[in-house]
Amino acid sequence: MLDYYWTVMKTAVMTQFQYRTANYFYMVGMVAEPVIYLVVWSMIAAAQGGSVGGYTPGALAAYYIVWTLVRNMNIVFTPYGWEWRIQHGELSAALLRPVHPLHFDIAYFAGWKLVVIILWLPLAAALSLIFRPELSPSWQGAITFALAIWGAYLIRTMLLWALGMITFWTTRVSALYELFFAAELLLSGRLVPMSLLPDWAQRLSSYLPFQWTFGFPIEALVGQLSPAQLLAGLGMQLLWIAVGGAAVALIWQRGVRAFTAVGN
Amino acid sequence: MTTEPPSIRVAELRKSFQVPVREAGLGASIRSLVRRQTREVRAVDGVSFTIAPGEVVGFLGPNGAGKTTTLKMLSGLLHPGGGELSVLGHLPQRRERAFLRQITLVMGNRNQLQWDLPALDSFELQRAIYRLPAESFRQTRDTFIELLEVGDLVSKPVRNLSLGERMKMELIGALLHLPQVLFLDEPTIGLDVTMQRRIRSFIAEYNRQHGATVMLTSHYMADVEALCRRVIVIHHGQVLYDGALTGLVDRFAAYRQIGVAMAEPADLSGYGQVIAAEGGRITLRVPRAEAARITARILADLPIIDLTIEEPPIDDVIEQVFAG
Repeated sequence: MLDYYWTVMKTAVMTQFQYRTANYFYMVGMVAEPVIYLVVWSMIAAAQGGSVGGYTPGALAAYYIVWTLVRNMNIVFTPYGWEWRIQHGELSAALLRPVHPLHFDIAYFAGWKLVVIILWLPLAAALSLIFRPELSPSWQGAITFALAIWGAYLIRTMLLWALGMITFWTTRVSALYELFFAAELLLSGRLVPMSLLPDWAQRLSSYLPFQWTFGFPIEALVGQLSPAQLLAGLGMQLLWIAVGGAAVALIWQRGVRAFTAVGN
Repeated sequence: MTTEPPSIRVAELRKSFQVPVREAGLGASIRSLVRRQTREVRAVDGVSFTIAPGEVVGFLGPNGAGKTTTLKMLSGLLHPGGGELSVLGHLPQRRERAFLRQITLVMGNRNQLQWDLPALDSFELQRAIYRLPAESFRQTRDTFIELLEVGDLVSKPVRNLSLGERMKMELIGALLHLPQVLFLDEPTIGLDVTMQRRIRSFIAEYNRQHGATVMLTSHYMADVEALCRRVIVIHHGQVLYDGALTGLVDRFAAYRQIGVAMAEPADLSGYGQVIAAEGGRITLRVPRAEAARITARILADLPIIDLTIEEPPIDDVIEQVFAG
């Protein structure tokens, strides 16, 4: 299986390097979103005497620059991809291979991430020159970050696989996807750092997986989390990977049965 | 004496689909919100056959006859609605790894290669998927590349290849794990004659070397004539004919063709339907039962240089079967 993962990752790296310019422009375009958040929150921090929710403009800059990497690590095979996969017969091809297609997606997108990380470094350097982030992570925080971005990737892979598999039963599920993406945007730390959310939203998000895919990895590097909090965060990521994995296994079994009943 | 079990065994195989039905117009659209109507389409309706190891069988039928549905059930992509089937001793719908490692399904209109990369990289991916030992993989790959004469193409990105070149790569990729059963659904569709011929000879060579069982659907009768001694003809989800390709002509050809060569052009429409006339060479279509009598009349009446009696082209026979 390791050979399979390695080969698929190599395939992804080779494919994505074919599109390096497109990838780069895509990443540069993606920077607009955090820069807007950064500018808005920096202005609020300045208006409130230099900080907001404990974040100084320098800390906010660090948050949103790390955000750009975490955002890219969060890109996985989407439910829209599932629609395409089923409509174009790609799933049939995958079902004929003696390897579960989940492994292909995990490995392929993981390979893509390696390209993303390489492309991100100069982008992060440029943003740092412009926005002057304040970043002094502990070694525990740095290690946790390195693990947590992959944990985030796996949680999101499982969740969006589970969601995407709804297309086994119906191809018109865009509304449900949009609801998921809206909840994720608000409750993950993507729009605002988790500590700036109202109490009720923070309580609600503690029952949901979103913050472990976005806010936690960033805060592991940027925030002042204790070693116990870092470990607990990684534990929560493992828990949500397991929950997502179980959901995928369950839905896959039933979904494939439904799919092979009608075919495509 | 032991008899080798069949590679493929199908008994009373059935598959139906529920298809939504709605009339055109706004009213029908609104009514369908409240009451959705469907009708049952029997795609495969009691199909039975067995195929022995190493046999190459043409699976023929018009569009919508149930060919692809049957192939999908045999390859495990569709659950059968009823009946029994077994491929290499496996129930295909379970899609066990041991089963998937021994079969391949090639659909002429679907691309399974990595579009942006050279085919060699897709082959490497196949090696990893099927966990093929590196040395034997290289040998198999190089043999196939040589057989299909694509040595100068395997390093080009797949997106830069022509349709025919891509199909050659598809076939190589689909056979690298040396499957024992090949389901080939229109493998030569859209290809030029030379390319079709090359692919046919490759399939024949693979069958000969590896003793693989092949089920082939094709709308090109040249494929079937070149590869299959046996054909199964399916229509409206039922088997119309299962036997030798030559027997198909005997059974379904209602007419024969008489080719006549004369020194001077002449009007032979009184003897049968003239289907071609070029100078002194005339081809007549006559009822099968009348062929001998009409031949004798022509020989007696006319100054004939040469005369041949032929079966009609297999395409015509098939067309006639499906039209009936």
